[in-house]
Amino acid sequence: MSNFSSVYWTQFIAIALIGLGMVGFLIRRNAIVVLMSIELMLNGVNLLLIEAAHRSGSADGTMLVVFIITIAAGEVAVGLGILLNLYRIKHSSDTELYKELQG
Amino acid sequence: MMMPLLLAAPLIGAIVNGLILRPATAKRAGVIASIAALTSFASVMVQHFAPDAGPFEWTWFTVGELTVKWSFASDPLTWMMCAVVTGIGSLIHIYSIGYMSHEHNAYRYFAYLNFFLFNMLVLITSTSLLGMFVGWEGVGLCSYLLIGYWFEDINKAKAGMKAFIVNRIGDAGFLIGIFICYQLFKTLNFAEIAKLLDTQTFDVRMLNLAAFFLFIGAMGKSAQIPLYVWLPDAMAGPTPVSALIHAATMVTAGIYLICRMNGLFLVAQDTSLFIAIIGISTALLSALIATSQRDIKKVLAYSTVSQLGLMFLALGCGAYLAAIFHVMTHAFFKALLFLGSGSVIHACEGEQDIWKMGGLKKKLPSTFLTFTIGTIAIAGIPPLAGFFSKDMILYSALTAKSYGTTFWILGLLVSFLTAFYMVRVWALTFLGEYRGDKHPHESPATMLIPLYILAFGSIVAGFLGMPEGLHLLPNYLEAFLHPVLGPLVEGHGALSEERAMAVATVSAIIACSLGFYFYSKPERSETPGKILVPFKTVFENKFWVDELYGLVIVKPFDALCAFFAKFFDPNIIDGLVLLPSKAAQGMGSLLVLLQTGIVQTYLLFFVFGLLVLFMVLLKGVVL
Repeated sequence: MSNFSSVYWTQFIAIALIGLGMVGFLIRRNAIVVLMSIELMLNGVNLLLIEAAHRSGSADGTMLVVFIITIAAGEVAVGLGILLNLYRIKHSSDTELYKELQG
Repeated sequence: MMMPLLLAAPLIGAIVNGLILRPATAKRAGVIASIAALTSFASVMVQHFAPDAGPFEWTWFTVGELTVKWSFASDPLTWMMCAVVTGIGSLIHIYSIGYMSHEHNAYRYFAYLNFFLFNMLVLITSTSLLGMFVGWEGVGLCSYLLIGYWFEDINKAKAGMKAFIVNRIGDAGFLIGIFICYQLFKTLNFAEIAKLLDTQTFDVRMLNLAAFFLFIGAMGKSAQIPLYVWLPDAMAGPTPVSALIHAATMVTAGIYLICRMNGLFLVAQDTSLFIAIIGISTALLSALIATSQRDIKKVLAYSTVSQLGLMFLALGCGAYLAAIFHVMTHAFFKALLFLGSGSVIHACEGEQDIWKMGGLKKKLPSTFLTFTIGTIAIAGIPPLAGFFSKDMILYSALTAKSYGTTFWILGLLVSFLTAFYMVRVWALTFLGEYRGDKHPHESPATMLIPLYILAFGSIVAGFLGMPEGLHLLPNYLEAFLHPVLGPLVEGHGALSEERAMAVATVSAIIACSLGFYFYSKPERSETPGKILVPFKTVFENKFWVDELYGLVIVKPFDALCAFFAKFFDPNIIDGLVLLPSKAAQGMGSLLVLLQTGIVQTYLLFFVFGLLVLFMVLLKGVVL
């Protein structure tokens, strides 16, 4: 029972996080929230990796997570920088206004 | 052995004049061109004759069973034509030096003239139909270039185009004739065709067809009904060109072709009859038109068409010798008349209307003298050249197997009209008082010397072919051309040759007297018009043949072209071409709808894609 709850609940939570993030970046119109949703998905993936590492008893997954966290930090820095510039141009963080590339 | 030089000299002359030196003055260009022409003439004169083809032979190309060889014919017929072409050609080159002296950049003119000579000699010396066709096209090109020499004048350029296009119709017929000949004989060599015709029997209908199509080619080049319309317009070119190309040499190419293929035409009786009918109709029609033209060169042009018609009458009656004889004499006196008219036009500063001339006898004594000789020669008054050759044609028409008497009477009428309209031109130009406002002056010596030489030729050329019946001189021409053209066909007509001659002479004298009576005094010149009131407008308007062609051929063709240009091309052709690009544009405008520019739409597609990918991947695992 303890095995069941510790393993499967972690996986459930991870998948829930990914699903929430996906829905969030599809339906929310605020660019910051979209960015946050992406972080949410990333952390869901991290949780899955930790859990898998824990189960297999190897440190590989944990290592990977450390890398992902580092790169995610860089990615957020770039993403926020882009957003800031977009905001300067559009005076809004609404993603629907950013459609200069419309065909 | 001199044959290569014969051809090379004018070609080199054309290249030197037209491409390399391009002399600025007419004199220098003319001297170069004249030297080239005279070299050619000299090489004809020293030519020795072998009965077979000359030593030079070169395989042009081989396609399947057909091998076309290039060699030079060196039989008497070739020699005679070469002598006429290069001899008269040289004289006209010399004459042109004087005639074109006021022209700038006349090197172009002399280069074309040399190039024409080259092509004409290719036509004459070729031993195969295809080689002849090469020369045939070459002279057509030079004719076009020289008619349109003054191309700044749109009407002259158009006259050149008209000649070119009408000749194309004939050339298409010639080509079809060549194809049929190849199908029949499996060779295009004249000698081999003649041998085959002697030794084997062929389907007469096919032979007639081949002869018919070859005759269509001759029709175009030699200006016969219905393709004669280009020749009067060709007078737009400089007058020496009219003399050389459109009177003495190129237009006789059709006659030469038929003489070369005489074996075929002898067998093709139906086509021969057709040729005779076309010939006499052309002769009559153009002689009638010539009686009422005002332009001195137009009269001579219609006269040429008419004389060519007479030659075709002779060909149709099987008298190839008579046709060639008339080609030779006609070359002399028609070149003389054209050059004489050129001298008159030159003197009157470009005026060509005979009603604005008159009284030039005193002002241009040399031209008057030589033009008079030409007029008597063409009118058929013995003993000048035209009389004997015309007599030979008329007598061979009289003794022809079918419709001989009819042909003879019509031919006699043509010679009557010829004498009449020539005396009319002569009287209006030289007699009476001067009616123009220019200051006529006699032409320079370079123009007069060729006139005198041609006048001499017009007097004596006839003695070469005197009929045996007169017992004065042997018929040198018949003896000379016998190996190629065969004997003169002896037949029996309604009249003996002496009587026929007498009738022709009397009719020519009556015609000359009538012409002299009406036109030597301008106040009488209205009378023939009054007598012939109903016909006058018809003749003056040249039977409305040009208008008829305009209505029947040119207008519908224009309409067809307009249909293609204004409807078919922009809508259907362009439509087909633009269809792929229109389709691509349409697809693009559909796909562009996906490109919303909103990042979340793309993400949505991304997720859908991911889902599809998962479904595909999991299908193997789960199901």
